[in-house]
Amino acid sequence: MQSREEYYVPSGSYWPIVGSIGMFALLGGFAGSLHGSMAGTVGMILGFGIIIFMVFGWMGQVVHESETGDYNLQVDKSFRMGMAWFIFSEVMFFAAFFGALFYARQLSVPWLGGEGNNAFTNQFLWPEFKSVWPLIQMPDASNFSVPKGIIDAWHLPALNTITLLTSGATLTWAHWALMNKNRNQLIGGLIATIVLGVIFLGLQVSEYMEAYQHLDLKLTSGIYGSTFFMLTGFHGFHVTLGVLMLIVILMRCIRGHFNNERHFGFEAVAWYWHFVDVVWLGLFVVVYWL
Amino acid sequence: MSTTTTDLQDEIDTLEGSHDDHHHGPEKGLMRWVKTTNHKDIGTLYIWFAFSMLLIGGAMAMVIRAELFMPGIQLVDPQFFNQMTTLHGLIMVFGAIMPAFVGLANWQIPLMIGAKDMALPRMNNWSFWILPFAGMMLISTLFMEGGGPAFGWTFYAPLSTTFAPDSTDFFIFAVHMLGFSSIMGAINVIATIMNMRAPDMKYMDMPLFVWTWLITAFLLIAAMPVLAGAVTMMLTDRNFGTSFFDAAGGGDPVMFQHIFWFFGHPEVYIMILPAFGVVSQIIPTFARKPLFGYSSMVYATASIALLSFVVWAHHMFLTGMPIAGQLYFMYATIMISVPTGVKVFNWVTTMWRGSMTFETPMLWAVAFVILFTIGGFSGLMLGIAPADIQYHDTYFVVAHFHYVLVTGALFSIIAAVFYWLPKWCGNMYNEKLAKIHFWWAVISVNVLFFPQHFLGLAGMPRRIPDYSLQFADFNMISSIGGFAFGASFILLTYIIVDCIRNGKPVKEDRVWDSAKGLEWTVATPAPYHTFDNPPSKKVILEESSHIGEH
Ligand code: HEM
Ligand SMILES: [Cu+2]
Repeated sequence: MQSREEYYVPSGSYWPIVGSIGMFALLGGFAGSLHGSMAGTVGMILGFGIIIFMVFGWMGQVVHESETGDYNLQVDKSFRMGMAWFIFSEVMFFAAFFGALFYARQLSVPWLGGEGNNAFTNQFLWPEFKSVWPLIQMPDASNFSVPKGIIDAWHLPALNTITLLTSGATLTWAHWALMNKNRNQLIGGLIATIVLGVIFLGLQVSEYMEAYQHLDLKLTSGIYGSTFFMLTGFHGFHVTLGVLMLIVILMRCIRGHFNNERHFGFEAVAWYWHFVDVVWLGLFVVVYWL
Repeated sequence: MSTTTTDLQDEIDTLEGSHDDHHHGPEKGLMRWVKTTNHKDIGTLYIWFAFSMLLIGGAMAMVIRAELFMPGIQLVDPQFFNQMTTLHGLIMVFGAIMPAFVGLANWQIPLMIGAKDMALPRMNNWSFWILPFAGMMLISTLFMEGGGPAFGWTFYAPLSTTFAPDSTDFFIFAVHMLGFSSIMGAINVIATIMNMRAPDMKYMDMPLFVWTWLITAFLLIAAMPVLAGAVTMMLTDRNFGTSFFDAAGGGDPVMFQHIFWFFGHPEVYIMILPAFGVVSQIIPTFARKPLFGYSSMVYATASIALLSFVVWAHHMFLTGMPIAGQLYFMYATIMISVPTGVKVFNWVTTMWRGSMTFETPMLWAVAFVILFTIGGFSGLMLGIAPADIQYHDTYFVVAHFHYVLVTGALFSIIAAVFYWLPKWCGNMYNEKLAKIHFWWAVISVNVLFFPQHFLGLAGMPRRIPDYSLQFADFNMISSIGGFAFGASFILLTYIIVDCIRNGKPVKEDRVWDSAKGLEWTVATPAPYHTFDNPPSKKVILEESSHIGEH
């Protein structure tokens, strides 16, 4: 391992520019396709492909450099800080949506119902409107889908809470096995975590199907549907990413990467997994339960 | 001194046949800039990018001032006028000021903390290379059917949702990309400062530019994702039937403003804290005195940053907030002027009885202190809720934020470039021309923006291409100032290019005789790789003695 004085500055790389081109094509293409441009759709798919290619190429190079011993402890620490602050930025992203939920429940919906000094708001806009939460009957539902009901917190969501919490425990078990150099338990723990993650996603999908097909609870169901699907949807997306990253880590463990001293990749993914875990707890409490 | 160590290290590596090509000079050709992981290359890229955006955004400002030269619709149609104000604001904030500061951070932070490079050099490259693509996407909206975004840089719903052109979705993704780039840049700054500092440098030995950037980076990581959330909600409201900002579905257009300004107010401090840092570097050098109140500067910066998260609704006094909310946001806003005042007093006290000289960087720094303070005062006036009922959405607000952003943030960037350019390129700029340019710019910028205070107090609304006759005189004066200020950038470009190409070579490592800081211990021009070995404790202590509290 190199000493601190010789900080490792990686060689130049084409991956960043490839990533930028991919991102440009993906997002520009998406925007185009939203307005019916065929070229947009093609660009979007192409961009997505480029980004996948970039992620694997770039990460592959980093893994290679790590395994050939180019990195020292200081680099390791930089990576850790990078990951930690990245997760913090994700927390703030979710905070925006939690904030929207809070604002709607505590302020905008009650105000529309005439609370505080808003009697005239209610009178002039939608005098029929009553403020209740969950908001089933929107002020003016003509453009929205009125749900028949909402998801009961104590069925699937409660089960999902248990699934995700258990997966946090199995991951910690895997980590513990890694520290104790127990390869079988490490791999077993990771597989269990991945399976639980996939079960979680499966249950989420069936919950969405239930919502869309039986309850008419949709993204277009006013502010309730908007916050419900955006929060749980972004969370599900993050779980999906987490599962994919866990699979990569599992492969690396099977190949014999990581040891009890050097396993940044493992820990970064573990942090990420615990982060989606914690976000779920927040969701369970304020979106499903209360 | 550490020049020799660097050279020595290179020698050793060559002798040992080291395969680490990164010890040597830059790669040849254009690909150097595309692939680079070198903080100096990336800093240069950022600064040139910011400069070109400044010129594009500036051209739009010229269109605005030309239209407002006389009352009546003169040159452009109102829709296009609105596109100009919108893109001018967005380009200046996200394309010019922010990238310029990240560029300065890239160049200077490793040099100032004795680090070999940034902590995550490849990510650093990516943060930069997202920008040209995001800029392209943003500017391309102008050429789309229905025109570019015309709802102001604050893109309030429902103007930006229900009533906006199709190009708005491209705008949304451009903002996503810009935000992603800023977040990665900020993560890099934090990791660099916390992990790459010379082992003997304590936090309270760090130069203020480093401190202010550390705190700015926290602000970025906390604020930019919220902006991403806001534009994501816009995207789904526009295209997928959500109703975040639609009261018919139980949402609220005013909620957009809350989310936007929760980002927006920290954002204005993101653009000014590094400026505080720059000025705190320059004033001690040319006053030949240690910075007065170093630790109070650090604490003031931190408290400004914290407070900046709890004052956002001072932009929304007219939205019908409950009275308690108005009172709270008024007092909290006014409270920020306390730490800000601490800073201004410290700069003034640093200059007090100093042996001052007024080389160009110092001129810009002193102008910053005076003119930024004017902007701070008008901010205070705006922060008073009942008074803001009169001022809101008038030219008074425009005057306020141009004093803090142009004569504040932008002036500090120009000051920084003059201060460090000789170290970067090894040549001295033409002092006489630079002084002429300074006076030209500083006079014209006041002719441009000062009358806007009067216009605003008299009630002229912002973002309107036409105005009633009583505003004609001040508008004409303002436009003349605007054209002159715009033209001053031609001279600035010449001075800088001339310095890089034909400037007189600087021999000393310490370009300014009284400057302190590790950046002045490396050779001039700064070698491609610096601080292969961290500086010694002795050097660090010597170079941080400008801090004045050892
Ligand atoms: C000294 C402390 C400051 C105070 C008390 C203050 C206060 C305010 C207030 C109350 C407004 C809203 C005015 C209105 O729309 O009616 C405002 C607008 C603004 N301020 Fe400040 N400000 C301060 C410093 C700054 C700084 C340092 C910056 C940036 C570097 C800044 C940038 C802006 C901008 C860009 C706007 C206009 C936003 C828009 O487009 O509506 N301010 N300020
Ligand atoms: Cu503000």
